[in-house]
Amino acid sequence: MTTTESPKHTITALVEDKPGVLNRVSSMFRRRGYNIASLAVGHSEIANLSRMTFVVEGDESTVEQVTKNLHKLVDVIKVSDVSIQNCVSRELALVRVRANVQTRSEIMQIVDIFRANIVDVAPDSLMIEVTGDEDKVDSLQNLLRSFGVLEVMRTGTIAMDRGLGDEQTDKDNSSSTHRMESGL
Amino acid sequence: MQLTGGQMVCESLIREGVEVIFGIPGGAILPLYQTLPEYPKLRHILTRHEQGASHAADGYARATGRPGVAFATSGPGATNLVTGITTAFMDSVPMVIVTGQVGRSAIGSDAFQETDITGITLPITKHNYLVMTAEEIPAVINEAFHIASTGRPGPVLVDIPKDVFEEMGEFEYPEKMDLPGYKPTVHGHPNQIRKAAKLIEESERPVILAGHGVIISKAYDELMELAEKAQIPVVTTFLGIGSFPDDHFLSVGMPGMHGAAYASLAIDQADLLIALGMRFDDRITGDTSKFAVNSKKIHIDIDPSEIGKNIPVDVPIVGDLKLVLKVLNERVKPTTRVDWVQHVEDLKRDHPLMHERDTDELLPQHIIQQLSELTDGRAIIVTGVGQHQMWAAQHYTFKEQCSLISSGGAGTMGFEVPAAMGAQVGRPDKVVWSIAGDGGFQMTMSELATLAENKIPVKFAIMNNGFLGMVRQWQQIFYEKSYVATGYSRNPDFVKLADAFGIYGARVTEKSQVKSAILKAMEHDGPALIDFVVEQEENVYPMIPSATSVASMIEEPKPEEIRQ
Repeated sequence: MTTTESPKHTITALVEDKPGVLNRVSSMFRRRGYNIASLAVGHSEIANLSRMTFVVEGDESTVEQVTKNLHKLVDVIKVSDVSIQNCVSRELALVRVRANVQTRSEIMQIVDIFRANIVDVAPDSLMIEVTGDEDKVDSLQNLLRSFGVLEVMRTGTIAMDRGLGDEQTDKDNSSSTHRMESGL
Repeated sequence: MQLTGGQMVCESLIREGVEVIFGIPGGAILPLYQTLPEYPKLRHILTRHEQGASHAADGYARATGRPGVAFATSGPGATNLVTGITTAFMDSVPMVIVTGQVGRSAIGSDAFQETDITGITLPITKHNYLVMTAEEIPAVINEAFHIASTGRPGPVLVDIPKDVFEEMGEFEYPEKMDLPGYKPTVHGHPNQIRKAAKLIEESERPVILAGHGVIISKAYDELMELAEKAQIPVVTTFLGIGSFPDDHFLSVGMPGMHGAAYASLAIDQADLLIALGMRFDDRITGDTSKFAVNSKKIHIDIDPSEIGKNIPVDVPIVGDLKLVLKVLNERVKPTTRVDWVQHVEDLKRDHPLMHERDTDELLPQHIIQQLSELTDGRAIIVTGVGQHQMWAAQHYTFKEQCSLISSGGAGTMGFEVPAAMGAQVGRPDKVVWSIAGDGGFQMTMSELATLAENKIPVKFAIMNNGFLGMVRQWQQIFYEKSYVATGYSRNPDFVKLADAFGIYGARVTEKSQVKSAILKAMEHDGPALIDFVVEQEENVYPMIPSATSVASMIEEPKPEEIRQ
């Protein structure tokens, strides 16, 4: 589980679902030299509005500037730094791994431990679907490396706070982190 | 009301109070131009280059405080605007630019004169639009003006395909805007303002650092009240010149790379910096880790992303300067700071901008001082970029609000000709002097034709030293006088050029001719140009080399050491 000292921050933005919005957002990141570790976009619960989740690398002041500069974009309606709240973050990955008769059952055991699924079986490979936070997906990928990872496709992290509102204190935050760990 | 897209643009511009458009027509924007005769309220000024149109719209906006408007056609017409848009964006100038685009069905096909101008201008506009139906035009133009002129102002570009100008649609001007993602904060947080007032009260050596934001928000009276009530010396950033009268006893001039030594020293010695509508640009701070380390900082700006960007701040306040200062002034107690104000006076005396120099040389500083006296510091001064720009900032005594128009952030040479034109069009009641360099002037001098054609009486003072002077100065100081590609071995004859363009021209080579030449140019009813053939290797002092601090400041050498 990542700690609060992690240089990665998760930011979500509610944006207008118009042509070019993704370009405006990514152009701002590029121009200001901010690093995006991952970016995921999809429809929100409101018609004509999309929600973007960014995982941004940088210190506190960088993340503050990212948030402010996102706010400045006319098509961006709301920005939240969810990593300072207590949130659930998930990523979906598809991993194709080399598998033969000897290794298949071992791989399946690992898949079971991670509560991942095998979604395609070929004579010399398996495709695994895994959902979890970034660390979980990383861990699985690492464990599979020795078998020969042929292809990896990751969606990027999406995140949502646990619905306790914005007024939470830091104390609440640490206990929720704990909850998240146990929920894995 | 059923109108064509072109008519809708014009109707919308009239509703936004537009009087003047600078531009050049071309294929894609022609259907818009062909409707202009139906709207005699819209004066169109045909420039000679689209860059000229964009700088003219910029100069107009800075001089009037109202958005400047420029038109250009697709492709090269639109890309020629880019330098002007960048210039306006960097200096927070409100502009609305309408460009023609190829027909909708041709977009993306690399059609003749097609270019992705919304893509190109994405990082240099506050916002931009590609309008795909005529009926969207009124709402888009309405939003464009709102976005351009509110919050931190900036340029907004509206790209309209040719067949959208021709398309018929129902015209209805919106009464309300739907911009859920655009709500600038204008009222400062009361607690923060209270904290600021407390810091001011506790401070012994406060300095106000007044920026362009004072001018944009027209907070002149509020700044004056704060300065006088709490007895705080006022340093003005380059674009903040004209926010506070230079001849006021609390005025300390411009700090930074080529600012007055006393202004930079005052900032360095202050125990409180009150930064108003400015952005701690590197030309002011130098090495940020060594900038104003002895002071706490209050930073008031309408753009939250400027706060804490370059310099850590103790009391950040996001809001419109005029509104924030009104509240702050109520909380600030009348104070006297005799010792500190006297100390700053001593700094001024001990570190003069320029030593008295007994010389027959024709020095640009002396010309600008003369110009200042002969216009009583009340002209609108437009400049290019380089040595002459810094001398104008240092040696012209700006007594009027919003009287310096110059490209600060972008540093755009060539700004001086078209921006002066725009300023004069916006302020026909004022004397407009463009202080130009021979380098920048040649980048946009084709607009002299536009000035002559439209009888726009801008006066030009070209500081002709036959060099790209500021670059040459750097070569002299940092590259052992290796003058690579900075000298013009054969400049054109600017007086003959003036004649060819049909404007008044004169040349000055002697110190004794300066005054009469300036007076003659001002008496002339129409645009005029003076070619001042000045000392070639004069330098701008003081100079704080980039990324260093006030400790590394190079002050002006003594007069006897100057030409060694």
